[in-house]
Amino acid sequence: MSAPGPLRVVGRSVRRTDALEKVTGRARYLSDLELPGMAHARLLRSPYPRARLLGVEVARARAHPGVHAVLTAADLTWCEPFYGPALRDRPLLATDVVRYEGDPVVAVAAVDEATAVEALDLVEVDYEELPAVMTLEEALAPGAPLVHAGEPLAGHFSDLSTLRARPGTNICHQFDYARGRGAGGFAEAALTLEDTYTFPRVQHYSMEPHGAIAAWDAEGGLTVWASTQNPFSVRAELAKMFGLPASRIRIAVPLLGGGFGGKTYAKLEPLAAALARVAGRPVRLQASVEDAFRTVRRCSARVRVRLGFRRDGGLVAVQCDADFDVGAYADIAPRVIQKGTYTATGPYRVPNVVLHSNAVYTNTTPGGAFRGFGVPQIAWAVESMMDVAAERLGRDPVDLRRQNLLAHGEEFARGDTPVDGKLEESLSRVAEAIRWHQASAAGRAKGVAVMMKASVAPSVSEAIVRLHADGSASVLVSTVEMGQGARTVMAQIAAEVLAIPLARVTVVPPDTSITPYDQTTSSSRSTTMVGRAVQDAAADVVGQLLKIAAAHLGVPAGALAVDDAAIVGGQRRLGYPELLDLHFGMRGGELIGRGVVAPGRTQAPLGGSTPFWEVAMGGAEISLDEETGAICVEAYASVADVGRCINPQQCEAQDEGAVMQGLGHTLLEEMVYEGGVLLNANLVGYRVPRAEDVPARFDSVFVENADGAGPFGAKGVGEGGLVPVSPAVGNALARLTGIRLRELPLTPERVWRALRARRDA
Amino acid sequence: MNIIPIRSSCSIRVTLNGRPVELAVRPEALLLDVLRDRLQLKGAKRSCDMQVCGACTVLLDGAPVSACTFLAVEADGREIVTVEGLGTEERLDPLQEAFIDHAAVQCGFCTAGMLLTAKALLAEDPAPTRERVVHYLRGNLCRCTGYRKIVEAILACAHAR
Ligand code: FES
Ligand code: FES
Repeated sequence: MSAPGPLRVVGRSVRRTDALEKVTGRARYLSDLELPGMAHARLLRSPYPRARLLGVEVARARAHPGVHAVLTAADLTWCEPFYGPALRDRPLLATDVVRYEGDPVVAVAAVDEATAVEALDLVEVDYEELPAVMTLEEALAPGAPLVHAGEPLAGHFSDLSTLRARPGTNICHQFDYARGRGAGGFAEAALTLEDTYTFPRVQHYSMEPHGAIAAWDAEGGLTVWASTQNPFSVRAELAKMFGLPASRIRIAVPLLGGGFGGKTYAKLEPLAAALARVAGRPVRLQASVEDAFRTVRRCSARVRVRLGFRRDGGLVAVQCDADFDVGAYADIAPRVIQKGTYTATGPYRVPNVVLHSNAVYTNTTPGGAFRGFGVPQIAWAVESMMDVAAERLGRDPVDLRRQNLLAHGEEFARGDTPVDGKLEESLSRVAEAIRWHQASAAGRAKGVAVMMKASVAPSVSEAIVRLHADGSASVLVSTVEMGQGARTVMAQIAAEVLAIPLARVTVVPPDTSITPYDQTTSSSRSTTMVGRAVQDAAADVVGQLLKIAAAHLGVPAGALAVDDAAIVGGQRRLGYPELLDLHFGMRGGELIGRGVVAPGRTQAPLGGSTPFWEVAMGGAEISLDEETGAICVEAYASVADVGRCINPQQCEAQDEGAVMQGLGHTLLEEMVYEGGVLLNANLVGYRVPRAEDVPARFDSVFVENADGAGPFGAKGVGEGGLVPVSPAVGNALARLTGIRLRELPLTPERVWRALRARRDA
Repeated sequence: MNIIPIRSSCSIRVTLNGRPVELAVRPEALLLDVLRDRLQLKGAKRSCDMQVCGACTVLLDGAPVSACTFLAVEADGREIVTVEGLGTEERLDPLQEAFIDHAAVQCGFCTAGMLLTAKALLAEDPAPTRERVVHYLRGNLCRCTGYRKIVEAILACAHAR
């Protein structure tokens, strides 16, 4: 139901509901919480990328004063010690082998962190080093050492029940998709291009590292306060591991200091829970930033793409073969590789398609979800090659893209949601914003890139809206507030539908024992899916109010309207408190509305139809210091088709942040391994964008046709802006210098070497 | 190698958010831990833990310092301002207002450090240029906002003078 008349709260840049607590330092994050008697945990991590554990001696650590619990794999006989959302391939603590530098071997809980560290110093581990596979090449070589031997168990996702490992190799999942005549389509191509691009291992660096505090109660129930984007997935994981009914587990989520995908699925929660059980007291396991580098990262990739064009520039065939390096444990990477590869054809009309990707284990930090979920890796290759194609065809890159764009309402893939945006409009807006048709100043050049991403499907979101006796409302949803402004947006939607002031709405923080089910805060899905559930739940309350008023006034509900916290009909106006009073016959009681968004499975290739297509386009203008090879992004324009901005200022904030994160992996960021060891697991060695890296000119543009499936025509935003950044910058570099780089990040050294190589050639 | 911690403590006197405070601290205690764990001032955050990100920034005699790498004993006799002392909910510092108005706050983990660094900058230079602001923020990372809105918020306060 959309509210009649003009919108009051939706579509306005209202202040964030959590802004005041954040600017005053009152906001509480996981690391700010303390429980009485709480112990503090530290982990002993493997110094080797791959080794056999010959012995783990912890007696001295156990005897150390102030130590409450020391755990090794051998102690975990009382629970199911394996976990993982796609494959249960990850032990709580290393069993017989360690699989990456940083793999947890021993966990200690003590009176404080210093004592825990002292105890870890007393642990002796006897390792027998084994040959490791550190790169895709090594991991895929015939006869390569296997990161995992034996059959891992399936996780809790139905769409991954068809996980296709290749036994006897390091490939833990393969994704295949084809349509039309597949590779046969290249027979029709007048121009075929083929090339390989690589994408580095990068780190989320949410400023707040992961953390969890676990406590068992006297009845054997478990509560975990966690910095997680998926409280319900964590609950499912813990229920399995500890043999508890879901109802006995409570996952409560405070504010998150950033997430970006790095806090999806269970991370430290299982270990914190196991430690708390043994310690017999609450245990806090707080990661450092160094720990975070050894907890999860983006899956790096090697992407081979073949594009076939007709003479007139129409795409006739696309082939993509991608190997994703998923590190030592699968985490959610099997989903990442299929989601990323699925849209390898971009927002283009392509009749013949053949896609294949592999999720490949290596002895490195596990790869998982990261803003864009596999799409940035693929788009870097495909969108770079679109520019190469334009050059070969003698076409303008924007024109060539325009010619191939899917139309509004056109099918992307059989069974999936048709295109829900006007892609041409987005392309025109990006060309306009980056001043594509004006010549650049000397020493500068521009590049563009476009993308389209599916959101997770099928998925489920539920909401409860409670209208209290005084006419204020509580919104119960399990969307995690990690900076994206979800709490504010949910409050705006409820306030709009209920026709009450924003200040009268409170969004309750996620707590699996209180707030209803939501699959995940990720995939840019919350505004669309949870937002719709909130809209429905609030509409349910309004429906009840109308019925009460209709009965009281003796008129049909259709003759009544909602206006400013009251139901009005003719001359009569009944405020919400009055209506509740009438209904319950006293000052007390509340109306409860429910919203459930559960589109279910479909025939779409990934098992569910995307609730919306996230469309983002980017344009970059760069200059280059030829002496040093340093690229300077002088201007950037980002266009996102969001359907409708619920809060324009927050949309802009999300989009700007996404672009800057994209500039990070485009120009600066890479986790570097040497001799099996991660060299730069800190912010000195791993440089992320600073204020001075922001382009001097920056435009964030929104296409708003209210054509989304979300509330008031909204779609998701938040990931998209990041995706086109690398190819847009790479394309600009090629147009400026003629040099086409296929490896990220585009560091000064890489660019300088390429310039030198060309000069020497 | 084990470094044997010195468990004896020394007494320090500071002015903390305008109030005199005397407390016993261990010589190796970091200011950030003393503020967060002993004094329950949780506004300063720990992120990089190596003087890069600025999430732990506090003002010491008006100058921004990284409390994560600053010994508490070194603060003896000096004046400390944390985000909790910047303004009250009823009377926010103009920077706090501007951060809210310009949507310079997302997850909020960098916010305290950003605010205090900006406070020091404006005390030093009430009307900084955009370049000066950007340069001054070198020691403050934000992974959410893309910085633009933070810079705008600070400039808005500068121009308001
Ligand atoms: S935590 Fe102190 S500078 Fe990063
Ligand atoms: S607002 Fe999240 S790090 Fe700055």
